[in-house]
Amino acid sequence: MSAPASARSVPAPPAAVVPGPVFPGRRPWPGARHARRTAAVLAALAVWQLLAQFRVDLWLRFSQFPTVIETAREFGRRLGTATYWQDVSDSLTRIVAGFALAAVLGVAVGTAIARSSVASDLLGPLLEVLRPIPAIALVPVAILLFPSNEQGIVFITFAAAFFPVTVSTRHAVRALTPVWEEAVRTMGGGRWRVLWSVVLPGALPGILGGLSVGIGVSWICVISAEMISGEYGVGYRTWQDYTIVDYPGVFVGMATIGLLGRLTSTAVELLGRRLTRWLPRTASGTVTYPGGRLHRRAAGRVRAGAGGAVDAATLRREREPS
Amino acid sequence: MTGTDVTVTIAAPTQAPGQGMRLTLADAVLGRPGAPVLRGLDLDVAPGEILTVVGPSGCGKSTLLRTLAGLLPPLGGRLSQDGAPLEGPAADRALVFQEDALLPWRSLRANVELPLAVRGVARTERRARAEDWLARVGLTEHAGRLPHHVSGGQRQRAQLARALAGRPRAVLMDEPFGALDAQTRAGMQQLLVTVLHGTRATVVFVTHDVDEALFLGDRVALLGTGRVLDVPRPRDRGASADPATVALRREVLASLGDRPGA
Repeated sequence: MSAPASARSVPAPPAAVVPGPVFPGRRPWPGARHARRTAAVLAALAVWQLLAQFRVDLWLRFSQFPTVIETAREFGRRLGTATYWQDVSDSLTRIVAGFALAAVLGVAVGTAIARSSVASDLLGPLLEVLRPIPAIALVPVAILLFPSNEQGIVFITFAAAFFPVTVSTRHAVRALTPVWEEAVRTMGGGRWRVLWSVVLPGALPGILGGLSVGIGVSWICVISAEMISGEYGVGYRTWQDYTIVDYPGVFVGMATIGLLGRLTSTAVELLGRRLTRWLPRTASGTVTYPGGRLHRRAAGRVRAGAGGAVDAATLRREREPS
Repeated sequence: MTGTDVTVTIAAPTQAPGQGMRLTLADAVLGRPGAPVLRGLDLDVAPGEILTVVGPSGCGKSTLLRTLAGLLPPLGGRLSQDGAPLEGPAADRALVFQEDALLPWRSLRANVELPLAVRGVARTERRARAEDWLARVGLTEHAGRLPHHVSGGQRQRAQLARALAGRPRAVLMDEPFGALDAQTRAGMQQLLVTVLHGTRATVVFVTHDVDEALFLGDRVALLGTGRVLDVPRPRDRGASADPATVALRREVLASLGDRPGA
Protein backbone atom coordinates (compact mmCIF):
# COMPACT_ATOMS: atom_id res chain seq x y z
CA MET A 1 0.00 0.00 0.00
CA SER A 2 1.78 3.12 -1.14
CA ALA A 3 -0.13 6.29 -0.69
CA PRO A 4 1.87 8.52 -3.04
CA ALA A 5 1.46 6.07 -5.92
CA SER A 6 -2.30 5.90 -5.53
CA ALA A 7 -2.47 9.67 -5.21
CA ARG A 8 -0.78 10.03 -8.56
CA SER A 9 -3.24 7.66 -10.19
CA VAL A 10 -6.19 9.85 -9.15
CA PRO A 11 -6.99 12.24 -12.01
CA ALA A 12 -6.65 15.88 -11.03
CA PRO A 13 -10.05 17.57 -10.86
CA PRO A 14 -10.70 20.41 -13.29
CA ALA A 15 -9.01 23.60 -12.14
CA ALA A 16 -12.17 25.70 -12.14
CA VAL A 17 -13.91 23.46 -9.62
CA VAL A 18 -11.01 23.16 -7.18
CA PRO A 19 -11.83 25.40 -4.21
CA GLY A 20 -8.36 25.58 -2.74
CA PRO A 21 -4.81 24.64 -3.54
CA VAL A 22 -4.10 21.00 -4.30
CA PHE A 23 -1.00 19.48 -2.79
CA PRO A 24 0.31 16.93 -5.25
CA GLY A 25 1.82 13.85 -3.70
CA ARG A 26 0.72 14.89 -0.24
CA ARG A 27 -2.86 13.77 -0.43
CA PRO A 28 -2.99 10.05 0.36
CA TRP A 29 -5.72 7.69 -0.70
CA PRO A 30 -8.74 8.74 1.41
CA GLY A 31 -9.01 5.40 3.24
CA ALA A 32 -5.28 5.08 3.84
CA ARG A 33 -5.20 6.67 7.24
CA HIS A 34 -8.28 4.77 8.36
CA ALA A 35 -6.72 1.49 7.21
CA ARG A 36 -3.48 2.31 9.01
CA ARG A 37 -5.32 3.03 12.26
CA THR A 38 -7.31 -0.20 12.06
CA ALA A 39 -4.15 -2.15 11.25
CA ALA A 40 -2.40 -0.76 14.35
CA VAL A 41 -5.24 -1.92 16.62
CA LEU A 42 -5.44 -5.33 14.94
CA ALA A 43 -1.69 -5.81 15.28
CA ALA A 44 -1.83 -5.06 19.00
CA LEU A 45 -4.70 -7.55 19.43
CA ALA A 46 -2.76 -10.18 17.49
CA VAL A 47 0.29 -9.78 19.73
CA TRP A 48 -1.90 -10.11 22.80
CA GLN A 49 -3.57 -13.22 21.39
CA LEU A 50 -0.24 -14.89 20.62
CA LEU A 51 1.37 -14.01 23.95
CA ALA A 52 -1.64 -15.31 25.90
CA GLN A 53 -2.29 -18.34 23.74
CA PHE A 54 1.29 -19.62 23.97
CA ARG A 55 1.50 -18.68 27.64
CA VAL A 56 4.67 -16.69 27.15
CA ASP A 57 6.59 -16.17 30.42
CA LEU A 58 9.60 -14.04 29.66
CA TRP A 59 9.97 -11.92 32.80
CA LEU A 60 6.54 -10.47 31.94
CA ARG A 61 4.14 -13.34 32.55
CA PHE A 62 1.28 -13.85 30.17
CA SER A 63 0.41 -17.37 31.31
CA GLN A 64 -2.58 -16.22 33.39
CA PHE A 65 -3.82 -13.84 30.69
CA PRO A 66 -7.11 -14.63 28.99
CA THR A 67 -6.74 -14.61 25.22
CA VAL A 68 -8.41 -12.11 22.97
CA ILE A 69 -10.84 -14.77 21.83
CA GLU A 70 -11.79 -15.73 25.40
CA THR A 71 -12.26 -12.10 26.28
CA ALA A 72 -14.33 -11.43 23.17
CA ARG A 73 -16.53 -14.43 23.91
CA GLU A 74 -17.09 -13.21 27.46
CA PHE A 75 -17.76 -9.71 26.16
CA GLY A 76 -20.40 -11.07 23.80
CA ARG A 77 -22.05 -13.01 26.61
CA ARG A 78 -22.16 -10.00 28.92
CA LEU A 79 -23.63 -7.73 26.29
CA GLY A 80 -26.73 -9.91 26.55
CA THR A 81 -27.08 -9.41 30.31
CA ALA A 82 -29.07 -6.66 32.01
CA THR A 83 -26.35 -6.25 34.65
CA TYR A 84 -23.80 -5.11 32.06
CA TRP A 85 -26.05 -2.34 30.78
CA GLN A 86 -26.99 -1.36 34.30
CA ASP A 87 -23.26 -0.94 35.06
CA VAL A 88 -22.67 1.08 31.90
CA SER A 89 -25.62 3.37 32.49
CA ASP A 90 -24.68 3.90 36.14
CA SER A 91 -21.12 4.85 35.24
CA LEU A 92 -22.27 7.15 32.45
CA THR A 93 -24.82 8.87 34.69
CA ARG A 94 -22.14 9.53 37.29
CA ILE A 95 -19.63 10.92 34.83
CA VAL A 96 -22.16 13.09 33.02
CA ALA A 97 -23.42 14.55 36.29
CA GLY A 98 -19.95 15.13 37.76
CA PHE A 99 -18.45 16.46 34.57
CA ALA A 100 -21.36 18.80 33.78
CA LEU A 101 -21.09 20.23 37.27
CA ALA A 102 -17.34 20.66 36.88
CA ALA A 103 -17.71 22.30 33.48
CA VAL A 104 -20.21 24.89 34.70
CA LEU A 105 -18.52 25.66 38.02
CA GLY A 106 -15.02 25.43 36.56
CA VAL A 107 -15.77 27.98 33.85
CA ALA A 108 -17.55 30.24 36.34
CA VAL A 109 -14.79 30.10 38.94
CA GLY A 110 -11.97 30.34 36.37
CA THR A 111 -13.57 33.39 34.78
CA ALA A 112 -14.22 35.03 38.13
CA ILE A 113 -10.60 34.54 39.22
CA ALA A 114 -9.27 35.90 35.95
CA ARG A 115 -11.57 38.93 35.85
CA SER A 116 -11.89 39.99 39.47
CA SER A 117 -9.12 40.62 41.93
CA VAL A 118 -11.53 40.06 44.81
CA ALA A 119 -12.46 36.61 43.51
CA SER A 120 -8.81 35.93 42.84
CA ASP A 121 -7.84 36.83 46.41
CA LEU A 122 -10.68 34.89 47.99
CA LEU A 123 -10.57 31.73 45.89
CA GLY A 124 -7.06 31.63 44.43
CA PRO A 125 -5.03 30.49 47.46
CA LEU A 126 -7.72 28.01 48.48
CA LEU A 127 -7.78 26.40 45.06
CA GLU A 128 -3.99 26.30 44.85
CA VAL A 129 -3.90 24.26 48.07
CA LEU A 130 -6.73 21.94 47.03
CA ARG A 131 -5.48 21.41 43.49
CA PRO A 132 -2.56 19.07 44.22
CA ILE A 133 -4.82 16.65 46.12
CA PRO A 134 -5.65 13.77 43.81
CA ALA A 135 -9.41 13.52 43.42
CA ILE A 136 -9.32 9.86 44.37
CA ALA A 137 -7.72 10.78 47.71
CA LEU A 138 -10.94 12.63 48.45
CA VAL A 139 -12.84 9.34 48.83
CA PRO A 140 -12.74 9.49 52.66
CA VAL A 141 -13.92 13.11 52.52
CA ALA A 142 -16.71 12.12 50.13
CA ILE A 143 -17.81 9.31 52.45
CA LEU A 144 -17.92 11.71 55.40
CA LEU A 145 -19.64 14.50 53.48
CA PHE A 146 -22.34 12.79 51.50
CA PRO A 147 -25.23 10.69 52.75
CA SER A 148 -25.09 8.33 49.76
CA ASN A 149 -22.27 6.60 47.89
CA GLU A 150 -23.77 7.79 44.66
CA GLN A 151 -23.34 11.46 45.55
CA GLY A 152 -19.84 10.73 46.79
CA ILE A 153 -18.82 9.27 43.45
CA VAL A 154 -20.29 12.20 41.54
CA PHE A 155 -18.37 14.51 43.86
CA ILE A 156 -15.08 12.70 43.13
CA THR A 157 -15.78 12.90 39.40
CA PHE A 158 -16.56 16.57 39.74
CA ALA A 159 -13.40 17.27 41.74
CA ALA A 160 -11.29 15.52 39.10
CA ALA A 161 -12.53 17.65 36.21
CA PHE A 162 -13.03 20.90 38.10
CA PHE A 163 -9.36 21.87 38.39
CA PRO A 164 -8.29 21.37 34.77
CA VAL A 165 -11.36 23.31 33.64
CA THR A 166 -10.79 26.13 36.15
CA VAL A 167 -7.11 26.49 35.38
CA SER A 168 -7.52 26.44 31.62
CA THR A 169 -10.41 28.91 31.81
CA ARG A 170 -8.35 31.25 33.96
CA HIS A 171 -5.48 31.18 31.50
CA ALA A 172 -7.71 31.51 28.45
CA VAL A 173 -9.57 34.50 29.90
CA ARG A 174 -6.33 36.23 30.90
CA ALA A 175 -4.86 35.68 27.45
CA LEU A 176 -7.78 37.34 25.64
CA THR A 177 -6.85 40.05 23.17
CA PRO A 178 -7.67 43.28 25.07
CA VAL A 179 -8.86 45.07 21.93
CA TRP A 180 -11.92 42.80 21.66
CA GLU A 181 -13.13 43.90 25.05
CA GLU A 182 -12.29 47.53 24.37
CA ALA A 183 -14.26 47.40 21.13
CA VAL A 184 -17.37 46.19 22.93
CA ARG A 185 -16.92 48.69 25.75
CA THR A 186 -16.72 51.58 23.28
CA MET A 187 -20.05 50.37 21.90
CA GLY A 188 -21.45 51.01 25.34
CA GLY A 189 -21.35 47.37 26.38
CA GLY A 190 -21.28 46.72 30.12
CA ARG A 191 -19.80 43.97 32.24
CA TRP A 192 -22.29 41.29 31.25
CA ARG A 193 -22.24 42.15 27.57
CA VAL A 194 -18.45 41.88 27.61
CA LEU A 195 -18.71 38.56 29.43
CA TRP A 196 -21.21 37.04 26.99
CA SER A 197 -20.00 38.57 23.76
CA VAL A 198 -16.24 38.58 24.29
CA VAL A 199 -14.91 36.69 27.29
CA LEU A 200 -16.76 33.41 26.97
CA PRO A 201 -16.61 32.97 23.18
CA GLY A 202 -13.02 34.24 23.06
CA ALA A 203 -11.84 31.95 25.84
CA LEU A 204 -13.75 28.95 24.51
CA PRO A 205 -10.85 27.37 22.58
CA GLY A 206 -8.75 27.41 25.77
CA ILE A 207 -11.65 26.24 27.92
CA LEU A 208 -12.19 23.28 25.60
CA GLY A 209 -8.61 22.20 26.23
CA GLY A 210 -9.47 22.03 29.92
CA LEU A 211 -12.71 20.16 29.22
CA SER A 212 -10.81 17.58 27.16
CA VAL A 213 -8.30 16.99 29.94
CA GLY A 214 -11.11 17.09 32.49
CA ILE A 215 -13.24 14.41 30.88
CA GLY A 216 -10.23 12.08 30.77
CA VAL A 217 -9.35 12.61 34.43
CA SER A 218 -13.02 12.35 35.42
CA TRP A 219 -13.31 9.02 33.73
CA ILE A 220 -10.27 7.67 35.56
CA CYS A 221 -11.69 8.90 38.84
CA VAL A 222 -15.22 7.61 38.38
CA ILE A 223 -13.83 4.11 37.72
CA SER A 224 -11.47 4.29 40.70
CA ALA A 225 -14.19 5.61 42.97
CA GLU A 226 -16.51 2.83 41.88
CA MET A 227 -13.81 0.27 42.65
CA ILE A 228 -13.56 1.63 46.17
CA SER A 229 -17.12 2.42 47.09
CA GLY A 230 -19.53 1.73 44.29
CA GLU A 231 -22.63 -0.34 43.89
CA TYR A 232 -22.94 -1.19 40.24
CA GLY A 233 -20.86 0.63 37.68
CA VAL A 234 -18.13 -0.58 35.34
CA GLY A 235 -15.36 0.03 37.88
CA TYR A 236 -17.24 -1.81 40.61
CA ARG A 237 -17.89 -4.80 38.28
CA THR A 238 -14.27 -4.97 37.15
CA TRP A 239 -13.04 -5.08 40.73
CA GLN A 240 -15.66 -7.67 41.64
CA ASP A 241 -14.49 -9.88 38.76
CA TYR A 242 -10.92 -9.55 39.98
CA THR A 243 -11.82 -10.62 43.52
CA ILE A 244 -13.56 -13.74 42.22
CA VAL A 245 -10.65 -14.44 39.83
CA ASP A 246 -12.75 -13.99 36.69
CA TYR A 247 -9.93 -12.69 34.47
CA PRO A 248 -11.85 -12.58 31.19
CA GLY A 249 -14.44 -10.51 33.10
CA VAL A 250 -11.71 -8.11 34.25
CA PHE A 251 -10.59 -7.65 30.67
CA VAL A 252 -14.16 -7.10 29.49
CA GLY A 253 -14.38 -4.40 32.16
CA MET A 254 -11.19 -2.77 30.92
CA ALA A 255 -12.31 -2.89 27.32
CA THR A 256 -15.59 -1.29 28.37
CA ILE A 257 -13.77 1.42 30.32
CA GLY A 258 -11.58 2.10 27.31
CA LEU A 259 -14.48 2.28 24.89
CA LEU A 260 -16.65 4.46 27.11
CA GLY A 261 -13.69 6.73 27.83
CA ARG A 262 -13.10 7.09 24.14
CA LEU A 263 -16.79 7.77 23.59
CA THR A 264 -16.97 10.54 26.20
CA SER A 265 -13.70 12.16 25.04
CA THR A 266 -14.88 12.09 21.44
CA ALA A 267 -18.17 13.66 22.44
CA VAL A 268 -16.35 16.55 24.13
CA GLU A 269 -13.96 16.82 21.19
CA LEU A 270 -16.78 16.97 18.64
CA LEU A 271 -18.72 19.48 20.67
CA GLY A 272 -15.58 21.58 20.88
CA ARG A 273 -14.96 21.48 17.17
CA ARG A 274 -18.55 22.45 16.51
CA LEU A 275 -18.33 25.41 18.84
CA THR A 276 -15.02 26.68 17.50
CA ARG A 277 -15.57 26.35 13.78
CA TRP A 278 -14.57 29.98 13.49
CA LEU A 279 -10.95 29.26 14.39
CA PRO A 280 -8.69 29.88 11.39
CA ARG A 281 -6.99 26.78 10.06
CA THR A 282 -3.72 26.53 8.20
CA ALA A 283 -3.46 24.65 4.91
CA SER A 284 -2.35 21.53 6.77
CA GLY A 285 -5.52 21.63 8.87
CA THR A 286 -3.95 22.64 12.17
CA VAL A 287 -5.78 25.30 14.08
CA THR A 288 -4.04 28.59 14.71
CA TYR A 289 -5.38 30.58 17.57
CA PRO A 290 -5.84 34.13 16.32
CA GLY A 291 -5.53 36.17 19.47
CA GLY A 292 -5.85 39.14 17.15
CA ARG A 293 -2.11 39.24 16.61
CA LEU A 294 -1.49 40.50 13.12
CA HIS A 295 2.07 39.28 12.82
CA ARG A 296 1.17 35.69 13.59
CA ARG A 297 -1.59 35.58 11.03
CA ALA A 298 0.58 37.33 8.49
CA ALA A 299 3.30 34.73 9.09
CA GLY A 300 0.77 31.98 8.40
CA ARG A 301 -0.27 33.64 5.19
CA VAL A 302 3.30 33.90 4.01
CA ARG A 303 3.92 30.26 4.78
CA ALA A 304 0.81 29.16 2.92
CA GLY A 305 1.65 31.40 0.00
CA ALA A 306 5.26 30.31 -0.36
CA GLY A 307 4.89 26.61 0.32
CA GLY A 308 1.41 25.89 -0.88
CA ALA A 309 -0.84 27.90 -3.13
CA VAL A 310 1.58 29.12 -5.77
CA ASP A 311 3.58 25.94 -6.16
CA ALA A 312 0.53 23.73 -6.12
CA ALA A 313 -1.29 25.73 -8.76
CA THR A 314 1.73 25.72 -11.04
CA LEU A 315 2.29 22.02 -10.60
CA ARG A 316 -1.33 21.25 -11.22
CA ARG A 317 -1.29 23.16 -14.47
CA GLU A 318 1.82 21.34 -15.54
CA ARG A 319 0.35 17.97 -14.78
CA GLU A 320 -2.75 18.50 -16.84
CA PRO A 321 -1.87 17.31 -20.33
CA SER A 322 -5.03 18.34 -22.22
CA MET B 1 -9.34 80.76 9.04
CA THR B 2 -9.65 81.31 5.34
CA GLY B 3 -12.08 79.37 3.24
CA THR B 4 -13.01 76.73 5.80
CA ASP B 5 -16.56 76.04 6.80
CA VAL B 6 -15.32 74.84 10.18
CA THR B 7 -15.84 78.28 11.64
CA VAL B 8 -19.46 78.19 10.56
CA THR B 9 -20.04 74.94 12.39
CA ILE B 10 -18.30 76.27 15.47
CA ALA B 11 -20.54 79.31 15.45
CA ALA B 12 -23.61 77.13 15.70
CA PRO B 13 -22.88 74.39 18.20
CA THR B 14 -25.74 72.00 18.43
CA GLN B 15 -26.44 69.07 20.72
CA ALA B 16 -29.38 67.53 18.93
CA PRO B 17 -29.09 63.76 18.53
CA GLY B 18 -27.60 62.77 15.20
CA GLN B 19 -25.46 65.88 15.28
CA GLY B 20 -21.76 65.95 15.87
CA MET B 21 -20.39 66.16 19.36
CA ARG B 22 -18.09 68.86 20.65
CA LEU B 23 -15.03 67.40 22.34
CA THR B 24 -12.92 69.63 24.51
CA LEU B 25 -9.73 69.07 26.43
CA ALA B 26 -8.44 71.83 28.69
CA ASP B 27 -5.02 71.64 30.31
CA ALA B 28 -5.32 67.88 30.14
CA VAL B 29 -2.70 65.39 31.33
CA LEU B 30 -3.06 62.06 29.58
CA GLY B 31 -1.41 58.68 29.93
CA ARG B 32 -1.38 55.67 32.16
CA PRO B 33 -1.28 56.28 35.92
CA GLY B 34 2.28 57.19 36.85
CA ALA B 35 3.30 57.52 33.21
CA PRO B 36 1.86 60.70 31.68
CA VAL B 37 2.47 61.01 27.95
CA LEU B 38 0.79 64.32 27.20
CA ARG B 39 0.71 67.36 29.49
CA GLY B 40 -1.10 70.64 29.31
CA LEU B 41 -3.07 69.67 26.26
CA ASP B 42 -5.75 72.05 25.00
CA LEU B 43 -7.92 70.91 22.15
CA ASP B 44 -11.36 71.88 20.95
CA VAL B 45 -12.99 69.72 18.34
CA ALA B 46 -16.04 71.42 16.85
CA PRO B 47 -19.23 69.47 16.19
CA GLY B 48 -19.13 67.84 12.77
CA GLU B 49 -15.54 68.68 11.95
CA ILE B 50 -12.88 66.24 10.87
CA LEU B 51 -9.77 66.82 12.92
CA THR B 52 -6.72 64.87 11.93
CA VAL B 53 -3.98 64.44 14.48
CA VAL B 54 -0.41 63.87 13.34
CA GLY B 55 2.74 63.32 15.25
CA PRO B 56 5.67 60.96 15.40
CA SER B 57 5.09 57.56 16.93
CA GLY B 58 5.19 57.56 20.69
CA CYS B 59 3.94 61.16 20.98
CA GLY B 60 0.65 60.09 22.53
CA LYS B 61 -1.71 59.97 19.56
CA SER B 62 -3.24 56.68 20.63
CA THR B 63 -3.35 57.83 24.25
CA LEU B 64 -5.36 60.88 23.16
CA LEU B 65 -7.87 58.74 21.28
CA ARG B 66 -8.24 56.16 24.00
CA THR B 67 -8.85 58.97 26.46
CA LEU B 68 -11.50 60.52 24.22
CA ALA B 69 -13.08 57.07 23.86
CA GLY B 70 -13.27 56.83 27.62
CA LEU B 71 -11.02 53.79 27.90
CA LEU B 72 -8.32 55.76 29.71
CA PRO B 73 -9.28 58.26 32.42
CA PRO B 74 -7.40 61.57 32.18
CA LEU B 75 -4.71 62.12 34.82
CA GLY B 76 -5.50 65.80 35.08
CA GLY B 77 -7.27 68.74 33.49
CA ARG B 78 -10.76 68.87 32.08
CA LEU B 79 -12.27 66.67 29.46
CA SER B 80 -15.76 67.35 28.21
CA GLN B 81 -18.29 66.42 25.57
CA ASP B 82 -20.73 69.16 24.66
CA GLY B 83 -19.65 70.96 27.81
CA ALA B 84 -20.44 68.09 30.18
CA PRO B 85 -17.68 66.04 31.76
CA LEU B 86 -16.73 63.04 29.64
CA GLU B 87 -17.02 59.76 31.44
CA GLY B 88 -16.25 56.15 30.53
CA PRO B 89 -16.87 54.52 27.15
CA ALA B 90 -20.27 55.18 25.58
CA ALA B 91 -22.03 54.21 22.40
CA ASP B 92 -22.11 57.77 21.06
CA ARG B 93 -18.31 57.80 20.77
CA ALA B 94 -17.18 55.00 18.45
CA LEU B 95 -13.56 53.95 18.24
CA VAL B 96 -11.98 52.39 15.15
CA PHE B 97 -8.79 50.54 15.98
CA GLN B 98 -5.63 50.18 13.97
CA GLU B 99 -5.39 46.51 14.83
CA ASP B 100 -8.04 44.05 13.88
CA ALA B 101 -10.71 44.54 16.51
CA LEU B 102 -13.45 42.51 14.84
CA LEU B 103 -14.55 39.54 16.90
CA PRO B 104 -13.13 36.60 14.93
CA TRP B 105 -15.97 34.22 15.78
CA ARG B 106 -18.62 36.53 14.36
CA SER B 107 -19.31 37.03 10.67
CA LEU B 108 -18.78 40.52 9.30
CA ARG B 109 -22.55 41.02 9.45
CA ALA B 110 -22.73 39.87 13.06
CA ASN B 111 -19.83 42.19 13.91
CA VAL B 112 -21.61 45.16 12.37
CA GLU B 113 -24.79 44.20 14.23
CA LEU B 114 -22.99 44.13 17.56
CA PRO B 115 -23.23 47.81 18.54
CA LEU B 116 -26.93 47.67 17.65
CA ALA B 117 -27.38 44.53 19.73
CA VAL B 118 -25.67 46.27 22.65
CA ARG B 119 -28.22 49.06 22.34
CA GLY B 120 -31.05 46.57 22.28
CA VAL B 121 -32.17 47.18 18.70
CA ALA B 122 -34.60 44.45 17.58
CA ARG B 123 -33.18 41.63 15.49
CA THR B 124 -34.82 42.46 12.15
CA GLU B 125 -34.00 46.13 12.29
CA ARG B 126 -30.49 45.33 13.42
CA ARG B 127 -30.04 43.03 10.45
CA ALA B 128 -31.38 45.60 8.00
CA ARG B 129 -29.16 48.38 9.32
CA ALA B 130 -26.10 46.14 9.28
CA GLU B 131 -26.79 45.14 5.69
CA ASP B 132 -27.22 48.79 4.79
CA TRP B 133 -23.84 49.71 6.25
CA LEU B 134 -22.12 46.71 4.72
CA ALA B 135 -23.49 47.80 1.35
CA ARG B 136 -22.16 51.32 1.86
CA VAL B 137 -18.64 50.01 2.42
CA GLY B 138 -19.01 47.49 -0.42
CA LEU B 139 -19.06 44.31 1.64
CA THR B 140 -22.52 42.97 0.81
CA GLU B 141 -21.25 39.79 -0.77
CA HIS B 142 -18.83 39.13 2.10
CA ALA B 143 -21.38 39.77 4.86
CA GLY B 144 -21.56 36.14 5.94
CA ARG B 145 -17.81 35.58 6.04
CA LEU B 146 -15.62 35.38 9.09
CA PRO B 147 -13.06 38.19 9.51
CA HIS B 148 -10.05 35.98 8.82
CA HIS B 149 -11.56 34.88 5.52
CA VAL B 150 -11.43 38.39 4.06
CA SER B 151 -8.52 40.74 3.31
CA GLY B 152 -7.08 43.31 5.70
CA GLY B 153 -8.69 46.13 3.76
CA GLN B 154 -12.07 44.43 3.90
CA ARG B 155 -11.66 43.91 7.63
CA GLN B 156 -11.00 47.63 8.10
CA ARG B 157 -14.06 48.44 5.99
CA ALA B 158 -16.12 46.16 8.22
CA GLN B 159 -14.70 47.94 11.28
CA LEU B 160 -15.71 51.25 9.77
CA ALA B 161 -19.21 49.95 9.11
CA ARG B 162 -19.39 48.60 12.65
CA ALA B 163 -18.33 51.95 14.11
CA LEU B 164 -20.84 53.92 12.05
CA ALA B 165 -23.75 51.47 12.34
CA GLY B 166 -24.37 52.57 15.90
CA ARG B 167 -24.89 56.17 14.65
CA PRO B 168 -22.25 57.63 16.93
CA ARG B 169 -21.95 61.39 17.32
CA ALA B 170 -18.18 61.14 17.36
CA VAL B 171 -15.94 58.70 15.51
CA LEU B 172 -12.44 58.27 16.86
CA MET B 173 -10.05 56.61 14.45
CA ASP B 174 -6.66 55.34 15.55
CA GLU B 175 -4.51 54.95 12.42
CA PRO B 176 -7.25 52.78 10.94
CA PHE B 177 -5.43 52.36 7.64
CA GLY B 178 -1.96 52.06 9.13
CA ALA B 179 -1.57 48.36 8.35
CA LEU B 180 -2.82 48.61 4.77
CA ASP B 181 -0.81 48.88 1.56
CA ALA B 182 -0.69 52.24 -0.25
CA GLN B 183 -3.23 51.27 -2.92
CA THR B 184 -5.83 50.00 -0.45
CA ARG B 185 -5.14 52.92 1.84
CA ALA B 186 -5.96 55.47 -0.89
CA GLY B 187 -9.21 53.63 -1.64
CA MET B 188 -10.11 53.56 2.05
CA GLN B 189 -9.50 57.30 2.43
CA GLN B 190 -11.84 57.97 -0.46
CA LEU B 191 -14.41 55.57 1.00
CA LEU B 192 -14.16 57.26 4.39
CA VAL B 193 -14.87 60.66 2.87
CA THR B 194 -17.85 59.17 1.04
CA VAL B 195 -19.42 57.40 4.02
CA LEU B 196 -18.80 60.30 6.40
CA HIS B 197 -20.60 62.58 4.00
CA GLY B 198 -24.16 62.47 5.22
CA THR B 199 -23.33 61.61 8.81
CA ARG B 200 -22.76 64.70 10.90
CA ALA B 201 -20.43 62.93 13.28
CA THR B 202 -17.39 64.66 14.65
CA VAL B 203 -14.27 62.79 13.59
CA VAL B 204 -10.91 62.64 15.27
CA PHE B 205 -8.54 60.80 12.99
CA VAL B 206 -5.06 59.94 14.18
CA THR B 207 -2.35 59.17 11.66
CA HIS B 208 1.39 59.41 11.16
CA ASP B 209 0.87 60.00 7.43
CA VAL B 210 0.97 63.73 6.66
CA ASP B 211 -0.69 63.38 3.25
CA GLU B 212 -3.52 61.36 4.75
CA ALA B 213 -3.95 64.01 7.42
CA LEU B 214 -4.11 66.81 4.84
CA PHE B 215 -6.44 64.89 2.57
CA LEU B 216 -8.97 63.97 5.25
CA GLY B 217 -8.81 66.79 7.74
CA ASP B 218 -10.68 70.05 8.02
CA ARG B 219 -7.97 70.90 10.48
CA VAL B 220 -4.72 69.20 11.30
CA ALA B 221 -3.46 69.12 14.86
CA LEU B 222 0.28 68.70 15.28
CA LEU B 223 0.53 66.85 18.51
CA GLY B 224 3.42 67.85 20.70
CA THR B 225 3.72 71.32 19.14
CA GLY B 226 0.42 72.67 20.33
CA ARG B 227 -0.40 73.92 16.82
CA VAL B 228 -3.56 73.35 14.85
CA LEU B 229 -3.61 74.19 11.14
CA ASP B 230 -6.60 74.79 8.89
CA VAL B 231 -6.70 72.87 5.65
CA PRO B 232 -8.13 74.59 2.56
CA ARG B 233 -11.13 72.92 0.96
CA PRO B 234 -12.42 71.29 -1.16
CA ARG B 235 -10.45 68.15 -0.59
CA ASP B 236 -8.94 66.83 -3.74
CA ARG B 237 -5.96 64.65 -4.41
CA GLY B 238 -5.08 66.91 -7.33
CA ALA B 239 -4.74 69.76 -4.88
CA SER B 240 -1.62 68.20 -3.42
CA ALA B 241 0.26 70.06 -6.17
CA ASP B 242 -1.51 73.28 -5.23
CA PRO B 243 1.01 75.80 -3.84
CA ALA B 244 -1.03 76.40 -0.70
CA THR B 245 -1.16 72.70 0.04
CA VAL B 246 2.52 72.28 -0.68
CA ALA B 247 3.30 75.08 1.73
CA LEU B 248 1.04 73.55 4.34
CA ARG B 249 2.59 70.16 3.86
CA ARG B 250 6.05 71.66 4.26
CA GLU B 251 4.91 73.39 7.41
CA VAL B 252 3.53 70.17 8.89
CA LEU B 253 6.64 68.19 8.04
CA ALA B 254 8.90 70.91 9.40
CA SER B 255 7.03 71.10 12.68
CA LEU B 256 7.23 67.35 13.07
CA GLY B 257 10.91 67.32 12.20
CA ASP B 258 11.63 70.15 14.66
CA ARG B 259 10.62 68.03 17.55
CA PRO B 260 13.73 66.99 19.41
CA GLY B 261 14.06 63.24 19.72
CA ALA B 262 11.29 62.59 17.21
